[in-house]
Amino acid sequence: MSERSERTVRRSDETPEHPDFLWRDPEPRRHYDVVIVGAGGHGLATAYYLAKNHGITDVAVLERGWLAGGNMARNTTIIRSNYLWDESAAIYEHALKLWEGLEDDLGYPIRFSQRGVLNLAHNLGDVREGRRRVNANRLNGVDAEWLTPDEVKKVCPILNTSPDVRYPVLGATFQPRAGIAKHDYVAWGFARGAYQRGVDLIQNCEVHGFRRDGERVVGVETSRGFIGAGAVALSAAGHTSVLAEQLGFRLPLQSHPLQALVSELLEQVLDTVVMSNSVHVYVSQAHKGELVLGAGIDAYNGYGQRGSFHVIEQQMAAAVELFPIFSRAHVLRTWGGIVDVSPDASPIIGRAPVDGVYVNCGWGTGGFKATPGVGWVYADTIAHGRPHPLAEPFALERFVTGALIDEHGAAAVAH
Amino acid sequence: MLRIDCPWCGPRDETEFRYGGQADVFYPEDPSSLDDAAWAEYVFVRGNPKGWFAERWVHVAGCRRWFNTERHTVTYEFREAAP
Ligand SMILES: Cc1cc2nc3c(=O)[nH]c(=O)nc-3n(C[C@H](O)[C@H](O)[C@H](O)COP(=O)(O)OP(=O)(O)OC[C@H]3O[C@@H](n4cnc5c(N)ncnc54)[C@H](O)[C@@H]3O)c2cc1C
Ligand SMILES: [Zn+2]
Repeated sequence: MSERSERTVRRSDETPEHPDFLWRDPEPRRHYDVVIVGAGGHGLATAYYLAKNHGITDVAVLERGWLAGGNMARNTTIIRSNYLWDESAAIYEHALKLWEGLEDDLGYPIRFSQRGVLNLAHNLGDVREGRRRVNANRLNGVDAEWLTPDEVKKVCPILNTSPDVRYPVLGATFQPRAGIAKHDYVAWGFARGAYQRGVDLIQNCEVHGFRRDGERVVGVETSRGFIGAGAVALSAAGHTSVLAEQLGFRLPLQSHPLQALVSELLEQVLDTVVMSNSVHVYVSQAHKGELVLGAGIDAYNGYGQRGSFHVIEQQMAAAVELFPIFSRAHVLRTWGGIVDVSPDASPIIGRAPVDGVYVNCGWGTGGFKATPGVGWVYADTIAHGRPHPLAEPFALERFVTGALIDEHGAAAVAH
Repeated sequence: MLRIDCPWCGPRDETEFRYGGQADVFYPEDPSSLDDAAWAEYVFVRGNPKGWFAERWVHVAGCRRWFNTERHTVTYEFREAAP
C-alpha cells in the first residue's frame, strides 16, 4: 500500500470512524508543473480534476491559511442551477450533475441533500422574472416549476403565505434538484482525492509575488520560499485583485464582506431551501438542526472577514416576516467571508494577461454551488492552455467586447 | 456598524449613508479617443486594494451631500482624505 492510499481507520465508540489523516502536510518542492494559489473548494477541485481527468499530478495547491478556511468554510452551501442566461445555466447545471455523482466519485460522504429551492416572488416584477426564468431554465434542460402561493405553502408549510403582510408571497420558482451539502466534507473529499493522486497540499504558504522570464511566469514567491511553476492558476476568491496587482494587471472585481449566521440546534422544521431576493434573506436548516441564514453583501469594500451588524438585523427581520415561528430562535453565531464581486455577477475564468497564468474569480456570493463544475472546466482550461467550452463565455475579454452575462439584472442571483 | 464622520454633520451611524465606491473616477476628458479596452477600464475596473482606499459616501439620511474619505479595507478605520 502506498503512503498516499487510504489508511485503516481508528475506531471509537463515540464518534463515527474517521481516518487518522486525509492528506499529509508536505514541504514544498522547488518546482511543479502547475501551482494553484488558494486551497478553497475551487482550488482543491481543480487539483483533483487535473489529476483525475488529465493525469497532471505534478501539482501543488498553496494556501496562506489552513485548507478551506476561506469562503469555503463560511458559505451557506446553497446549490442550484436555475440561472437565467444560457452560459450560466450551462456551467451551473454541469456542476449540479457532478454534485449528483460526487459522493461516489470521491468515495467520501458530502451530505448532498437535494431538498429543492424556492425563490419567492413578492411583487409583479418578481413574478414576471420568475416565470421567465422558469421558461428559460426548461429550455436549457434545468428542472424548474412555477408555484402559486398555495403550492408554495404545500412545499413549505411554515412559510407565511398570508396575503395581508407587507410583502406577500405571490408565487415562487421551484427547482427540486437544488439543495445543500456539507461544505467542509466537500473540501476534505476533494483534498483527499487530490492528495491520493499525488498532489501536494501546502498550507501556511502565502503567495506574495511572482517571478517572470520575459512575458512568462516561471514561479511564485511565497512565505516558504520561491516555488517554480510551469503554470500558475489563481483561485484565491476575495484576494484575487491583490494577486493580479502583483502580476501587473487589474481585474473588474470588488471585494466585499458577506455575512451569514446560524441559530441554535432546533427540531427539523424546514426541509427545503427558501430564498427571497425582495425581502432579502435565504434560509435552510442544516442536517444537525441549526437554521442557516444569509443575505446580501455589505456595501463597502472589505477584506476584514466581518461586516456590519445592521445587515444581520435586516435579514433577521426578513426571516421573521417570512417564518413567524423563527421569532423565538436565537442567533448563535455570525461571521463573514470576503467575496469577489464582478460587474455582471458572473465569474471570470480563463487565461490571464500574463503568459502561463490563469484566473478563476468573480464568483462573488455564489461560487460554492459551482465547486465541482469550475474545478472540471478550470482544470481542462489549464491542461490544454485554452478555455473549456463552458468557460469560454466567462473570459476576461467580455468586459471589452461587451458580451456580459448579466445575472445581476436577471435576479435570483444571490448565492 | 461603521461610524462615519460626515464633514458637515459629524459622526453618524453607517445606516445613514450610502456607499459610492472608489473616489476620483473622472469621465474621460476626450471620450472619442478611447478604444474599447480603455472604455472597459473606465466603466468596469475600480481599485480594490487591501489597505487604505480613497472612497466616496453620501449622507442620504442627513445632509444628502457627497464626500471623499479614506478607509482601511482590513481594519475598516477611517482617516481624513489626502487633499
Ligand atoms: C457568508 C457566505 C455565504 C455564501 N453562501 C453561498 C451559497 O449559499 N451558495 C454558493 O454557491 N456560494 C456561496 N458563497 C460563495 C462561495 O463561498 C464562494 O464563491 C466560493 O467559496 C469561492 O471559491 P473557493 O471555495 O475556492 O474560495 P475560498 O474558500 O475563499 O478559497 C480561496 C483561498 O485562497 C486563499 N488565498 C488568498 N490569497 C492567497 C495567497 N496570496 N496565497 C495563498 N493562498 C491565498 C485563501 O486563504 C482561501 O483559502 C457564500 C460566501 C460567503 C462568504
Ligand atoms: Zn451630513
